[in-house]
Amino acid sequence: MWSKKYLARDWRKCEKNDERKDFGESNQMKKTYFVQNKDFTKRGFYLDHAATTPVDKEVLAAMKPYFSFKYGNPSEPHFLGQESRKAIDEAREKVANFLGAKPPEIIFTSGATEAINLAHKGLVESQRSKFKGQKLPHIITSAVEHKAVLETCRHLQNLDMAEVTYLPVDKDGMVKVEEVEKAIKPETVLISIMYVNNEVGTIEPIKQIGELIKKINASRLASGFSRIYFHTDATQAIQYLDCQVDKLGVDLLSLSGHKLYAPKGVGVLYLRKGTPLIRQQDGGVQEYGLRAGTENVPYIVGLGKAVEKLKTQNSKRKTEYLREKLIRGVLKIPGVKLVGDPQKNAPHIATFLIDGVEGEAILLLLSEKGIAASSGSACTSGLLEPSHVLTAMGIPPEQAHGSLRFSLGKDNTEEEIDYVIKVLPGVVQKLRKMAPKLDI
Amino acid sequence: MDFSQIYSKKVLEHLKNPQNVGEIKNPDGVATVGNPVCGDIMRLYLQIAKRKKKDAKQEEEYIKDIKFQTLGCGAAIASSSMITTMIKGKPLKEAEKITNKAIAEALGGLPPVKMHCSLLAAEALKKALENYRQSHKK
Repeated sequence: MWSKKYLARDWRKCEKNDERKDFGESNQMKKTYFVQNKDFTKRGFYLDHAATTPVDKEVLAAMKPYFSFKYGNPSEPHFLGQESRKAIDEAREKVANFLGAKPPEIIFTSGATEAINLAHKGLVESQRSKFKGQKLPHIITSAVEHKAVLETCRHLQNLDMAEVTYLPVDKDGMVKVEEVEKAIKPETVLISIMYVNNEVGTIEPIKQIGELIKKINASRLASGFSRIYFHTDATQAIQYLDCQVDKLGVDLLSLSGHKLYAPKGVGVLYLRKGTPLIRQQDGGVQEYGLRAGTENVPYIVGLGKAVEKLKTQNSKRKTEYLREKLIRGVLKIPGVKLVGDPQKNAPHIATFLIDGVEGEAILLLLSEKGIAASSGSACTSGLLEPSHVLTAMGIPPEQAHGSLRFSLGKDNTEEEIDYVIKVLPGVVQKLRKMAPKLDI
Repeated sequence: MDFSQIYSKKVLEHLKNPQNVGEIKNPDGVATVGNPVCGDIMRLYLQIAKRKKKDAKQEEEYIKDIKFQTLGCGAAIASSSMITTMIKGKPLKEAEKITNKAIAEALGGLPPVKMHCSLLAAEALKKALENYRQSHKK
């Protein structure tokens, strides 16, 4: 387990202040490593927020009544049903507000993966009638998307329901707007590019692509072609970047609750008014008839609360500061480089390539020290292939094997970063010493 | 055999405190094997000596010392470490019977996707012994 020293120091701190302080922008970084009160425990050094986040205390509190007390089915007209209906409406309004959208444009799903499946499959299905017996609807996406997008596109390809172009990226993982333009065909119905890459943090040029599509749509509609719709997977962006749908120029946007301190199992598809979509889960008329199934009321309430909190508690500046500090510290280790776009990068993700070590081994040794991070190494994928993102960026497999991703969250402290910077060189050195010298 | 997707305590122990890491100068047998799929590279060094068999006049060859160097994931390092502890001091005849299954079992099982790491360790030993035999042919 992790260092007893830190554990001990921490418990002493806990006795002194059993309330978790909100650091916010106040720069009052408390020396607390493990803080506990009755419903919040900080465990270890959690630097894997791009994988998931803990449920926020206030979010959990907002959810609690909707399990066993306010349990009505929102489709029922009685007082319990209407109570739940009101709660969903409020959450929908909060999300709509956050995205600069209208409440009926918000569809609650089980997560970003479902939202993405619904967006791609539902839109392509709605366009099929326009392509009778001739060419297939065409999708443009990028090689660095999340598996939820890539696998959904492959599924549509396999069923002969769509033709897909996977755009290449540059060495920093960036999609070029010109490449998007070049790939557009008369049959193109959907362009789907992620907002922030989850593995390296590169911010894709969504706004510029949105402007391009707007321009192209204007001339297409004038010459009788059907319009192109634009989807973005905003899962990693929602915390820190402007996600106003009109500014981005997107017609569809997917997001997930558990990356923003709401629970796992809830997400959103934003669907601009007038965008055609055929539902993929059949049944009742919930979610404007676009996603059947009794609404997950407590989780939707939680997501609404989490989104509401984002507005008032933006930890972007603190996160940027900590990321800078982490990068400076980690790059002091020889044979280490930072990947992703040096400027256009999300404030919470820092991914490194470490020469002469394998990612999973680093993760396990860091875990022994109480640090939770992530890697794009083949050995962590379960598929024995190095990350498709790093590969698309032109990084050779032997380097991709040594990738290490830290992703920060709102509760990380400067002391935690100091600890990581202190521990990591030893872990890297230990593994490098263990490795054979290959020049023999 | 445990088919869990997570590592056993034994694997983590060996990763944390790997046994017999390093190299042997002028080894009697050495082999480097690699798995291009996973990107693991494993090198085993053997020092082989002769000793008198118990209750017999005959001599036998045994593994006097063994060291490993591995670049790879947790399972690859743990498999390397485990195989060295399993055969150090053992007669050659016994050592060459070690299978990857035995290594995985000694580690308290490996996730199915990691079984190839134990295979790599068994292969490294086989090749190191071959190397010894070839360089010590009379």
